[in-house]
Amino acid sequence: MDFSYSDEQQMLFDTTRRFIEERCGFEARQKIRRSADGHSLAAWKELADLGLLALNVPESDGGMDGGAIENMLVGQAMGAGLMVEPWLSSAVMATQAIASMASAAQRAEWLPALAAGDLIAVLAHTESHQGDDASSIETTAIADGEHWCISGRKAVVYHAPLAGLILVSARVPAESAEAIALFAVPAGAQGLTLHAYATVDSQRAADLRLDNVQVPAAARIGGDVRLPLQAALDFGLAMLCADAFGALDRVLTATIEYSRSRVQFGVPIGSFQALQHRMADMLIHLEQARSMAYLAASIALDPDAERRGTTLSAAKALIGQAARFVGQQAVQLHGGMGMTDEMPVSHHFRRLLAFELRMGDSDQHLEHYRQQLRAN
Amino acid sequence: MDLNYSAADEQFRDEVSGFIASALPAEIRQRAAAGNHSQIRADILRWQNILYQKGWAAPAWPVEFGGTGWSKVQQFIFETECALADAPPQLAFSIKMIGPVLIRYGTPAQQQQFLPGILSGQDWWCQGYSEPGSGSDLASLKMQAVREGNEYVLNGQKIWNTLGQFADWIFCLVRTDSSGKPQRGISFILIDMKSPGITVRPTRLLDGSDEVNEIWFDDVRVPAANLIGEENNGWTYAKFLLGHERTNIAGIGSSKRALRRLKQAAGDLHKAGRPLIEDRQFGLKLAQLEIELLALEITNMRVIVADAEKRTPGPEASILKIRGTEIAQRISELRLEAYGISALACAAESALAGLSDADAVVGAQSRAGADYLNLRKLSIFGGSNEIQRNIIAQMILGL
Repeated sequence: MDFSYSDEQQMLFDTTRRFIEERCGFEARQKIRRSADGHSLAAWKELADLGLLALNVPESDGGMDGGAIENMLVGQAMGAGLMVEPWLSSAVMATQAIASMASAAQRAEWLPALAAGDLIAVLAHTESHQGDDASSIETTAIADGEHWCISGRKAVVYHAPLAGLILVSARVPAESAEAIALFAVPAGAQGLTLHAYATVDSQRAADLRLDNVQVPAAARIGGDVRLPLQAALDFGLAMLCADAFGALDRVLTATIEYSRSRVQFGVPIGSFQALQHRMADMLIHLEQARSMAYLAASIALDPDAERRGTTLSAAKALIGQAARFVGQQAVQLHGGMGMTDEMPVSHHFRRLLAFELRMGDSDQHLEHYRQQLRAN
Repeated sequence: MDLNYSAADEQFRDEVSGFIASALPAEIRQRAAAGNHSQIRADILRWQNILYQKGWAAPAWPVEFGGTGWSKVQQFIFETECALADAPPQLAFSIKMIGPVLIRYGTPAQQQQFLPGILSGQDWWCQGYSEPGSGSDLASLKMQAVREGNEYVLNGQKIWNTLGQFADWIFCLVRTDSSGKPQRGISFILIDMKSPGITVRPTRLLDGSDEVNEIWFDDVRVPAANLIGEENNGWTYAKFLLGHERTNIAGIGSSKRALRRLKQAAGDLHKAGRPLIEDRQFGLKLAQLEIELLALEITNMRVIVADAEKRTPGPEASILKIRGTEIAQRISELRLEAYGISALACAAESALAGLSDADAVVGAQSRAGADYLNLRKLSIFGGSNEIQRNIIAQMILGL
């Protein structure tokens, strides 16, 4: 039982946090979200220079082979700093998927480019609001000579408009009714349509439509990827939890500071017991969320898929509930200022809203957890 | 970072659970499991003596005073395993409260007089803190102690005294000076419950239990040698004691046991022809509770590990107290919902009505109702949850 970080881990966290504060601070972010690109290529390259894009590239592929705790710490800093760069989408989820499923040739083609910041990839799996169960998709791939022909839709794929490579999951009915395959689809492929938009938390995303998109046989990643795909999604979910925890932590700190400085009736509003007790409850939610973020990271690479999935559902549900309570109260305690776009708290609130709905909402994960309840 | 117990700790857990399985008398376990308090003094003291024989009488005490030398994590494992095995809890007033105060602030003579009886389970201690006018505002207490030669003469009243009807000794906060700040004139004194002038009257509670008492002190004479530390410095010792009271305040073990029992009941009980545990609405509430308890266990471990270097737990214990009691109360609510209308049959009320063998009239569902009522106390005692929120706001948030 040990809740401390190694010196290297602490340094990784400090470096990431400092980088975001100095290079991707709130004012810089305000410009980026108004830009056509929706992210900063310069910042992305600097993340590569810091090694943060190689965190999930295995050492044998020239990467850092960072562990779950390292990813958690970076994710926490990203959430606290409201980062809009596609670190979670590309450097965590897509990179993890390629590292765990791709052939040697595919790895050699993509991993160095991903680590260097020359390529952004995203994992396009979810198709509806039904959650992220790896088996819940309808997109289908049919073998056609030397090609695969893919048709279907993907919903709210974060950072897809930024990506050069989109990893699309699909059913392959010719192989079996249950099998799921993964295909690397280049941006701009014929038959691929992106309905792109900005999300409520100022990130770029797209709904994808695939109409007979043709990719060569070599574009298929792995075989029946149900297990490793679920593992990659689970790993991403754990880091999304870390991101949310980082945002929660920051938002409570901001609320406490605001309540100390905001004077009404001649005293700081933080001296009112009604507000003190509200903030005490926010802290309790935050500490419970912190525990679950730690647990999520600790279980993120567990090979037992059922235990991993159940535990992550517990984490997502509880942190989601904390996000709702702490986020709402943070806005409430900031009063009218909490409603304004100029205050970071309103952006953290939006990021927490996105967290609640992404990758299965609290109710879906609570239901998933319920299904494994046993009487003994 | 590693959230798993070490191999040594897992081995320790096996050793503890193995010992409890072999050493805990079946009738004590059955009474504890059933919530039957009819033999509570005998059961708790007998179990204490069994632990004493094993050398486990006071896990948290320094080894030279009869402690175990266990780490805080091991102490947590021990308490959790005891709760899960339906062992009666050790008497907190003895082991967790007055013991550490005697060790920290007592004279060698006081230590020699009192510690052996605490360790062996010979003596039963109780606490005299609250008074009719002094609850959350404890420092306003009025019970008087006046020095006369080598004695103090005590007059006043204590309330909410838990299980004092069984006590050999009581430790009390008393007023020895009214001139300055309220905290400055309080003293900490040990009183033999057989002293002339003490009257104990049980307070019947809403669940029919009489686990708390009012105690009157009418010219009770106590040797001055029974004063702890310095006169008028009792508030310091009281705060030290409250810190110790809160080390296991989350009640993880007992909530785990209660949740396990609730799930078993939900497997046996039926709703619309199916086991209740398969009912979606009930299952979601159960899932929610289990998740919150899981998170609290980790939060508790974080506090324990962070506190390991300190002598007393910090204000983070308030987080554990609030969430731990909320979860325990919530489990009792779900248990009530599980039994539904049949939880209304009440053994205590039936006994009051003169029905013979009231316990036999109603079954396990009776305890569901009684427990729900009884556990309202959790968010009130030991510093109400509102006081805990004040502590969090002031000590952690700096407001």
